[in-house]
Amino acid sequence: MDFGLSEEQRLLDATLRRLLEEKLPLARVRQVSAESEDGVDEAAWRALAELGVVGCLIPEKQGGSAGTLLDAVVVATALGHGCAPLPFLGSAVLAPILFDALGSPAQQDEWLPRLAAGRARVAVALSECVERRDDAGLRLEAGRLHGSARFVVDSAGADVFLAPAGAACFLLPASAPGLELRPMPTIDRSRRLSELTFDGVAADEPLAGDAAPGEVAAAIARALDAARVVLAADIVGSCDRALELSVAYALTREQFGRKIGSFQAVKHICAEMAAALEPARSLLWYAAHAFDALPAEAALSATLCKAHLSEVGRDLLRSATEVHGGIGFTDECDLQLWFKRVGLDRQLLGGPERLYAHAAELQHLSS
Amino acid sequence: MELEYSADHEAFRRMLRAFLENNRARAPRMRTFASGVVDPALLGWQKLLIEHGYAARGVPREYGGAGADPDPLIATIIAEEFAQARLSRGVSGQGLDMLVPTLLEHGSEEQKRRYVPPTVRGEMLWCQGYSEPGAGSDLASLRTRGRVEGDTLVMDGQKIWTSTAQFAQMMFALVRTEADAPKHAGISYVLVPMDTPGITVRPLKTMTGEAEFNEVFFDAVRVPLENLVGKRGEGWKIANTTLRHERNMLGSASTSVKLFESARSTMRENRVDGRPALENPVLRGRLMALQAKTLAMKCHAMRLLTCQLRGEAAGVAGLVTKLNGCQLNFDLAGLAIDALGEAGILYRGGAQSSEATRWQFHYMFQLGLIIGGGTAQIQKNIIAERGLGMPREPRPAVPDPDAR
Repeated sequence: MDFGLSEEQRLLDATLRRLLEEKLPLARVRQVSAESEDGVDEAAWRALAELGVVGCLIPEKQGGSAGTLLDAVVVATALGHGCAPLPFLGSAVLAPILFDALGSPAQQDEWLPRLAAGRARVAVALSECVERRDDAGLRLEAGRLHGSARFVVDSAGADVFLAPAGAACFLLPASAPGLELRPMPTIDRSRRLSELTFDGVAADEPLAGDAAPGEVAAAIARALDAARVVLAADIVGSCDRALELSVAYALTREQFGRKIGSFQAVKHICAEMAAALEPARSLLWYAAHAFDALPAEAALSATLCKAHLSEVGRDLLRSATEVHGGIGFTDECDLQLWFKRVGLDRQLLGGPERLYAHAAELQHLSS
Repeated sequence: MELEYSADHEAFRRMLRAFLENNRARAPRMRTFASGVVDPALLGWQKLLIEHGYAARGVPREYGGAGADPDPLIATIIAEEFAQARLSRGVSGQGLDMLVPTLLEHGSEEQKRRYVPPTVRGEMLWCQGYSEPGAGSDLASLRTRGRVEGDTLVMDGQKIWTSTAQFAQMMFALVRTEADAPKHAGISYVLVPMDTPGITVRPLKTMTGEAEFNEVFFDAVRVPLENLVGKRGEGWKIANTTLRHERNMLGSASTSVKLFESARSTMRENRVDGRPALENPVLRGRLMALQAKTLAMKCHAMRLLTCQLRGEAAGVAGLVTKLNGCQLNFDLAGLAIDALGEAGILYRGGAQSSEATRWQFHYMFQLGLIIGGGTAQIQKNIIAERGLGMPREPRPAVPDPDAR
């Protein structure tokens, strides 16, 4: 019985945080968000790759470190804490899981080593598997794709896309004729989302061309579980930072001749944040471990985890903003970066209501 | 991360499981002090449990316990298996849970020999005399006085929220023995026989309609000075070692898990317009949100247990169980009441529904627990001050005329 991060995971966390502080100070985060075309700090991404964390879910024979989802959670928590403009969810979580589950040996050998080295980026179009807008979605007609895929995370600057359509999942180069990438500006500038439009794009390279029926759907469901846990980890890291900033501010700012942190009205808000966050962190670790080792629990705990963290994150960032008072409402105050980051994490790939409904289905509680 | 137990621990679990199966018939009914009559079946069960090391496990043999080395995992397995089997864990209550650890740490040899064995056997029941009408959250401002006359302590004052006082033979109490000392330094920890002349116990009926608590009045109650635990004026320090224990018991995840499962059953079985409440998407959504919180508290308990096993400080994570757990339990009861609709308001005295009565009782009782054992607001002070390093509320500049 040992419920918690291992010595190695803590070391990874400390190393990563040092690296992020050095490579991605907030001034740099703001600069990348404002000026960069694809919203990614390439140098920091390479540095992460050298540390082995970009390949944390990639097998060793393809240059990865063959880690667990709990390792990925350690990374994602640190990236959330640093508001890092890096394509971790797309290129280090979703794409490796799908290549690993569905890719042919040739596809795996072509893409996984490059992903692990941070030299290729792959974005996965999954939103339509979660909630499809009336006018969105992909149609496969005579070997060609039509329609659109929205809210594709980490898509700006991707080399290839993975897009499920029908019973298959297709590998599509960004340069494919008829494929267009339209930026979808969101509140959060630290990760870039796009709409992919398909105007008769040749769908000639499926992953798992010979996969058994249901295998693609199962792999996508599993990738979604992982993505939800990783988004929840991003929320936990963001909440950690928001709470740190709040406590620090409450211990500095004076009104009525006292530090505002000595007023119970303020310090109880901070206590509530910590009280909500710590059990939620325990749930996060459990959901990651369930994904790695408890197949029967994996889907339900990932679903409940993402739903709960979305609620905790929203409340916590609102409270943190209130602790900061008027300054918390300004662009200059760094806190707003995480307010927005959590805002995106909450909605992406299923918000609380959708996920609670899904949790009920998984337990056969729905009619 | 490893949620499996070691082979040795699993062997212990199997042994315990077999024991519970083989001895099920000998177990007393699952109530302890409800009547005040000491149940011989309970005493026999307790004796059997101690012999096998399943009760009073960490209490040394010379004081009537099982004398085993402390192992938080074994303690967890025992709690899990008795809960699973729905069998009595033997004698419980504030005597065994709070007084015995205190005496083992701070008591004299004479006190340990005299009080620990009968308490462990279940023959001596205790109540806790801490809170007073004027000393709740600010417990250290307590005013029950202990005046020293030769080798006797003469007590005057009043205690409140004293559960089981009507049945207990003994009370462990905090009294002010040094009137002129600073507030925390003037308190002593004393053991009081409840049949001493001058003690009056009056039941305190709560909003549930039951007298779960009592008020206890002291009018020139004479207790031998040798009944002090530790030195005069050390009572605050001594009491604090066990108060921490109480806070960990309140809001435990196993209670939430049980309440969650029970609420889910209520929602499955209660039908309105021919459909179970669970099919109402709004109620179902609320249940799922509370399921996530319940699972989070269960995981959190495993994390804190791991900190204990690793010998690590849990930090702020170790201070949040009572606040979260009690609120969660209250919310679960509230959801069950809502799922029952109009039937949710039924209470005792009618023929219709005992289920609503149970949930209304939980709803009120859990609110009591949000307040008792350190209010939610005191918990937040503790989390902010000890966990986050935030400052205490400044003391008022004007001296309190009543201050001692």
